[in-house]
Amino acid sequence: MTTTTATHRGFWYRHPKLQLAGLLSAPMAWLVVVYLGSLLALFLTAFWQVNDFTSQVERTFTFRNFQEVFTNPAYYGTVFRTVSIALLTTLICIVIAVPLAFFMARVVRPRYQAVMIAMILTPLWASYLVKVYAWRAMLQPESGVIAWFLQPFGIGGPGYGFIGIVITLSYLWLPYMVLPIYTAFSRLPNSMLDASADLGARNGRTFRSVVFPIVFPSIVAGSIFTFSLSLGDYITAQIVGGKLLMLGNVVQQTYVTNLPFAAAVSMIPVVIVLAYLFAVRRSGALDNL
Amino acid sequence: MTSVAIRIRGLRRTFGDVVAVDDVDIDVMDGEFLTLLGPSGSGKTTVLRMIAGFERPDAGTIELAGVDVTEMPPYARDVNTVFQDYALFPHMTVIQNVEYGLMVKKVPKAERQQRALAALESVRLAGYERRRPSQLSGGQRQRVALARALVNRPQVLLLDEPLGALDLKLREQMQVELKEIQREVGITFVFVTHDQDEALTMSDRIAVFNEGRIAQIGTPMEIYEHPGSPFVAGFVGTSNLLTEEAARAVLGRGGVWSVRPEKIQVARGTVEPAPHQHAVQGRIREVVYVGMSTRFLVDLTVGGQLMVVEQNSDAGATERHAMRGQDVTLLWDSDHEYQVSSSSDGR
Repeated sequence: MTTTTATHRGFWYRHPKLQLAGLLSAPMAWLVVVYLGSLLALFLTAFWQVNDFTSQVERTFTFRNFQEVFTNPAYYGTVFRTVSIALLTTLICIVIAVPLAFFMARVVRPRYQAVMIAMILTPLWASYLVKVYAWRAMLQPESGVIAWFLQPFGIGGPGYGFIGIVITLSYLWLPYMVLPIYTAFSRLPNSMLDASADLGARNGRTFRSVVFPIVFPSIVAGSIFTFSLSLGDYITAQIVGGKLLMLGNVVQQTYVTNLPFAAAVSMIPVVIVLAYLFAVRRSGALDNL
Repeated sequence: MTSVAIRIRGLRRTFGDVVAVDDVDIDVMDGEFLTLLGPSGSGKTTVLRMIAGFERPDAGTIELAGVDVTEMPPYARDVNTVFQDYALFPHMTVIQNVEYGLMVKKVPKAERQQRALAALESVRLAGYERRRPSQLSGGQRQRVALARALVNRPQVLLLDEPLGALDLKLREQMQVELKEIQREVGITFVFVTHDQDEALTMSDRIAVFNEGRIAQIGTPMEIYEHPGSPFVAGFVGTSNLLTEEAARAVLGRGGVWSVRPEKIQVARGTVEPAPHQHAVQGRIREVVYVGMSTRFLVDLTVGGQLMVVEQNSDAGATERHAMRGQDVTLLWDSDHEYQVSSSSDGR
């Protein structure tokens, strides 16, 4: 009995690659078949079309869906708007997160650091819908908190629309930007700042030449989250966007009646995010995720 | 004679309730290699950081070449530091790291490059310019840090336990190299370490720190041969103290006395000392073979212990090893005993 057990153990010990294969084959199969497979199906569907009379999907190859997206101003306008919203959201998140993360990592005493991280993280526990509806209430023209707050200054609130979407998305994705930057700031050794000052650099110079380059990859890492999450969002636009559409809304409106067209539209953010990842690949941000 | 590179007067620094540095006065001469030696928490690093300007003193003044820099920020002081963790900038290449100080001071590009290359050459790292710090070994990083500081030609170079992270062989090699470099460039070095051997090998003078104060300052020989307090005797070299009672019995005088272990001879049985010698009886409790030498730990009949070190220069190592438990007489020249305090509780 003992001999067989020993032989059995020895087998796996002598074949570490087989052991690894045994561990990974199930999750790899899931990733390839379900995840990449569905992406491939989406890609193929984008080149099919719907018969105008029968409303049936015809499996013949065509560029018609993409032509429609890039020639119809309503659609390419939406592409432009969606990318603008995603970029602006990312920019706002960076502007808020960098000083906030710096404050959390290097100014606040360790005891309050934990409290601040908890404060950043707890909104992630609340339901997405609850948070967006909360913003709908706040953004409400005339009676919303923001409109009420701005009234004494003679300014109306942003109401529902472009600005409303950007504000809401910035709020939603801010933690994804703060956390990687916070980690980068707290990893930065004090001696690095001392060394820069020691070599004759004033604080501004130290920030430009030492702190920022070291923290930059984590800003890019955070921007991957904020940018791609914003690009794919459609519920926020539905709730606080007024009549404005984002790419996700177009997909949502068309996938029942014209599945190939919806597939073509949803390929756009995929391609944009892939291009973005390719562009930032060299910054080292992908090692920071 | 030589002028004073750093003059420190009445330096004091507290962290909360802890007094890290208290009433420290030092004059560091031009071109001198001064070591601040002490256990961790003795304030030696804090003094170094105050000279660099990273910490502000609560009281006291620091002068560099006659100029009061106490209120000046680090970037305005003509000193450079080699950090314990090297603090190389990870996003820059070796040459960019070395050039950083010159670039900040707006030295023209051609001169900058030439000086940086020369600095790398002087630490024997020519050919490594394009590497990143992460691609270097610990010893190489240490040299880059040294080149990055030296390239600025500061009045004073501050070194904060720069060899602490290296293994023994490399550390001993770097000790010699550092000393050579210091002789070549003629810059004043202030070197912080907790390693007494390092301090004794490299320094022109040593300041021994204890609990935020300077316990003793002097040449390595003065510190080692004439320790001024039980603390210094114990921290530099082996603590070989004759207690008050033992001293009274052996020397006929009170106070705490110290004899360095290599100054003592071991003789079997009871031996009468020569007129210029002192002797004490004891029993060997432990014999430790350490390659180059053998260490005896001897329980004295008058109370206390003494350590004796004998070189294994002859073939007697095996014989020595068999001496455990034997009664012996320890003999030393009365020139080699030093009173380290007048009473046993004194410092």
